Amino acid sequence: MLAALLIVFREVFEAGLIVGIVMAVTAGIAGRGWWIGGGAAAGVLGACLLALFAASLSAAFEGFGQELFNAAILLVAVAMLTWHNVWMARHGRELAAQMRAAGHAVKAGTKSLAGLGVVVAIAVLREGFEVVLFLYGVAAASEPGSGLAIIAGGIAGLALGVATCVLTYLGLLTIPSRHLFAVTTAMLAFLAAGMAAQAVAFLQAANALTALGATLWDTSWLLSDRSVLGRALHTLIGYSDQPTALELLVYVATLAVTFALLKLFAREPAAEATA
Amino acid sequence: MVLIATRRAAAALLVGAVLTAGGVAQAQNAVVHITVKNHRFEPSEPRAPANRPITIRVRNLDSTAMEFESVRLRVEKVVAPNTEGVINVRALSPGRYEFFDDFHKQTRGTLVVE
Repeated sequence: MLAALLIVFREVFEAGLIVGIVMAVTAGIAGRGWWIGGGAAAGVLGACLLALFAASLSAAFEGFGQELFNAAILLVAVAMLTWHNVWMARHGRELAAQMRAAGHAVKAGTKSLAGLGVVVAIAVLREGFEVVLFLYGVAAASEPGSGLAIIAGGIAGLALGVATCVLTYLGLLTIPSRHLFAVTTAMLAFLAAGMAAQAVAFLQAANALTALGATLWDTSWLLSDRSVLGRALHTLIGYSDQPTALELLVYVATLAVTFALLKLFAREPAAEATA
Repeated sequence: MVLIATRRAAAALLVGAVLTAGGVAQAQNAVVHITVKNHRFEPSEPRAPANRPITIRVRNLDSTAMEFESVRLRVEKVVAPNTEGVINVRALSPGRYEFFDDFHKQTRGTLVVE
């Protein structure tokens, strides 16, 4: 039961962090519950569907279907996160002013909410896929009795993942609201950069990218990216204990592009306050 | 528009990077075959040459999915029932590299690189 708990928790932990951040980012925006809940539900459904077709996915692209699929959806998530950040840089100020004036949730930002809904769906889909395969394997193979204990472990692991999500959300909400926007903008930028680097790692594993494949450093003796803290940092800022040159290049480039776009759009006069 | 333009530029950069160094990395990989049956690796101590990229082909003959994982090899790959998973590993220095099935922790093996 403990083994099942650990396996499931490790998978949902990452998704929990991402969903918690997205919840904090959208705090106070009307209708966000639908988008986040819908995204999570779509992710679970997608994970079940994907598990059904696991065999054909694995066999696709000469055995690298999983890697290419992961890279593709990660890049979609990177695009959505960047889009949201840029959109908020443009409209965030008006949004915040409206929120203060009205003293409650505003009906705005639904467009970028859709983008964040996609990010949630992708995070849940990626982690959920392995959980579904694992639990299905247990349910199919185990003798009655021990299967139940493992399912119970799985549910406990899932609950811990949800707790991670809630704690991340509540933790971020303790940040004073005038700083929250700056903090979450930076967090989303690092999240996107880390995902872009992960996508590169998947493409390298599939031999789709071979350039700059040399490992730059090995800090696994200091902090393994398989440890709990390492995994958290891996998700939050893209920490890798043995990154390749291309991973680092794409990581830095994503950050640079994001912050350049933010500067570019934040400078534009807020002429469309009434739009 | 700016977003699309920068994304295109990034894509062009990536493609360019692949083309320039693609030829160098095409050195022949050593291939290691491993099968999993009744949650046992066969062979449980496969051998591979040092200083050459390795392709590990894991054939899962069980009726449940497994996850081929190794911390030292930096590998984590789900292999569906009755399919073969293909894993690329960078050139390794001589040594023993443990691997296991993350879904069935008692299923373990070691890649011996020499």
